[in-house]
Amino acid sequence: MIAPPPSGPVLYPPELSLKLLTDMLRIRRLEEKSAEMYGAGKIRGFLHLYIGEEAVATAAIHALAREDNVVATYREHGHALLRGVPMGAIMAEMYGKKEGCSRGRGGSMHLFDKAARLYGGNAIVGGGLPLAVGLALADRMQKIARVNACFFGDGAVAEGVFHESMNLAQLWRLPVAFFCENNLYAMGTALARYESQIDLCVKAASFGMAALKADGMDVVASHEAAKQACAHVRSGKGPIFVEFQTYRFRAHSMFDAELYREKSEVEEWKTRGPIHTFTARLKAQGDLTEEQFLAIDAAVMKEVGEAVQFAEAGTWEPVEDLAKDVYTLP
Amino acid sequence: MSVMSYREALRAGLHEALARDPRVFLMGEDVGKYGGTYAVSKGMLAEFGPERVRDAPLSELAFVGAGIGAALGGMRPIVEVMTVNFSLLALDQIVNSAALLRHMSGGQFSVPLVIRMTTGAGRQLAAQHSHSFEGWYAHIPGIKIVAPATVEDARGMLAAALDDPDPVIVAEHAQLFETKSEVDDGVKVDIASSKVRRSGGKVTLVTYGGSLPKALAAAEEVDGEVIDLRVLRPLDMGPVLDSIRKTRRAVVVDEGWRSGGLAAEVMARIAEGAFYDLDAPLARVCSEEVPIPYPKHLEEAALPQVPKIVAAARGLLG
Repeated sequence: MIAPPPSGPVLYPPELSLKLLTDMLRIRRLEEKSAEMYGAGKIRGFLHLYIGEEAVATAAIHALAREDNVVATYREHGHALLRGVPMGAIMAEMYGKKEGCSRGRGGSMHLFDKAARLYGGNAIVGGGLPLAVGLALADRMQKIARVNACFFGDGAVAEGVFHESMNLAQLWRLPVAFFCENNLYAMGTALARYESQIDLCVKAASFGMAALKADGMDVVASHEAAKQACAHVRSGKGPIFVEFQTYRFRAHSMFDAELYREKSEVEEWKTRGPIHTFTARLKAQGDLTEEQFLAIDAAVMKEVGEAVQFAEAGTWEPVEDLAKDVYTLP
Repeated sequence: MSVMSYREALRAGLHEALARDPRVFLMGEDVGKYGGTYAVSKGMLAEFGPERVRDAPLSELAFVGAGIGAALGGMRPIVEVMTVNFSLLALDQIVNSAALLRHMSGGQFSVPLVIRMTTGAGRQLAAQHSHSFEGWYAHIPGIKIVAPATVEDARGMLAAALDDPDPVIVAEHAQLFETKSEVDDGVKVDIASSKVRRSGGKVTLVTYGGSLPKALAAAEEVDGEVIDLRVLRPLDMGPVLDSIRKTRRAVVVDEGWRSGGLAAEVMARIAEGAFYDLDAPLARVCSEEVPIPYPKHLEEAALPQVPKIVAAARGLLG
């Protein structure tokens, strides 16, 4: 049985609440449009949607500072967007256009942005964890105070590199926030089918690492956990592990027929949807009107429309540049 | 000028790197308290401290990945993987991150990482500790592979690798550690060119790493010209083709296995670039296609040896 939908008062100033809502909506609308553009043949390859999980990235990235580092997975459109990568550059990247944030080289799974301190877009499950550990090591050695936020899914927990990286981070007390987006499935295999221990915080505890669990469908609970995690890292206490319990409403990728879960399960989780439950809470306490919501949504849709136009107007990298940046030119 | 061993040269290079650039640090298994599996970093923990001479757990995948992250974060890490055999445990990070990041990110992120590892057979360490996988790594765009075969290169290649903005793997052949030679203390070498190590007129012997001394010994018997590739990726074929235009014959000597190996690539490039200059088919001496066995006589039989190289060269001379 899943928990009841997030409810209760939101004790944030309305400006923050509306910002969180807007950002969740920006991710949702960007991805709905991405799915549409995939259907239209504009986006190819793998496309992994974050729909249903928006509260996690929104809550976590709002707890980070500009100068913090972010390492993400192949389900990272939302993370890139909230780190400040323009929506147009994300859409153009998915189109494979030169104006994309990785010059069209990476596509949906490999969004990079130096200015946003976004180090990918890693499509090898668990591949980002040691990178975050290394970035944190570099910060420590250069006496730079920074949180290195590393996002990964529950599937990564089964990889050896998860355990190796957790150990290294705790052993050296490195400033890493391990943000585990537990959506209960490693592609099409349920957590209980692949893990002997399904309480993921227990794994962190085995390294002596601080750990938190948060309702990943509740942007408030998630934001509080993320703030607490970042404060822990900033205080010099070393790394921390946060398990955000969330759920993916859409298929794993556009090739997934979803044979591994019941439709009723998905429908039940949708009642906990992070956007409509948060919207209802804000309305109930008078922090949001329907008119305001519609205005926010219209502004978001405008941003999405402009992103599509930007991608459509983008150009293809000339074939002559194919081998550019395999190595750095002298 | 001073006479030093290959091991001392590696050590001097490492010491110089740590002393001259605060961004440089060494990370790997047993590099600190133990002093390095091959004693290359002996004494450096005391001199540079545990932050910069960093003992790592037996977690090749994580600490190589952490090296990549640290390189992205502004450091100049030297990651030591005890042997090329163990580097297989770190393959994902080397191949899927280090090699790809620059191209995949549209040129935004370079990975100035150096990965040192010993390679090669010849010490009766049996099948799991006797591989020569540097040729595998040479298959991958985005990384550079260097194989110091001389004391001078052992002394100088690390500095050149650290100056390179992209990931460089340094494959140090375990059989070379006791070789000695006179070296200029501040020697500078490049990691871009292959070099003629012995002039000769009858046949070109192309090799690298631990096979260089064997090729040089064989060359004495067949008037061979010996080319040390030095850098396995990107290959510098210029001196090889120039030599073949003179000798008109070539034998490639490579401790890697024959099938799909680096020798095959070198031969293909010779065929592409100097086919009409050849007076004989190309030949190669590689390791036999077996796991390297433990007993000395079988191990020796599995590896390229001077008599095999001489025989291959004489086969071309008719």
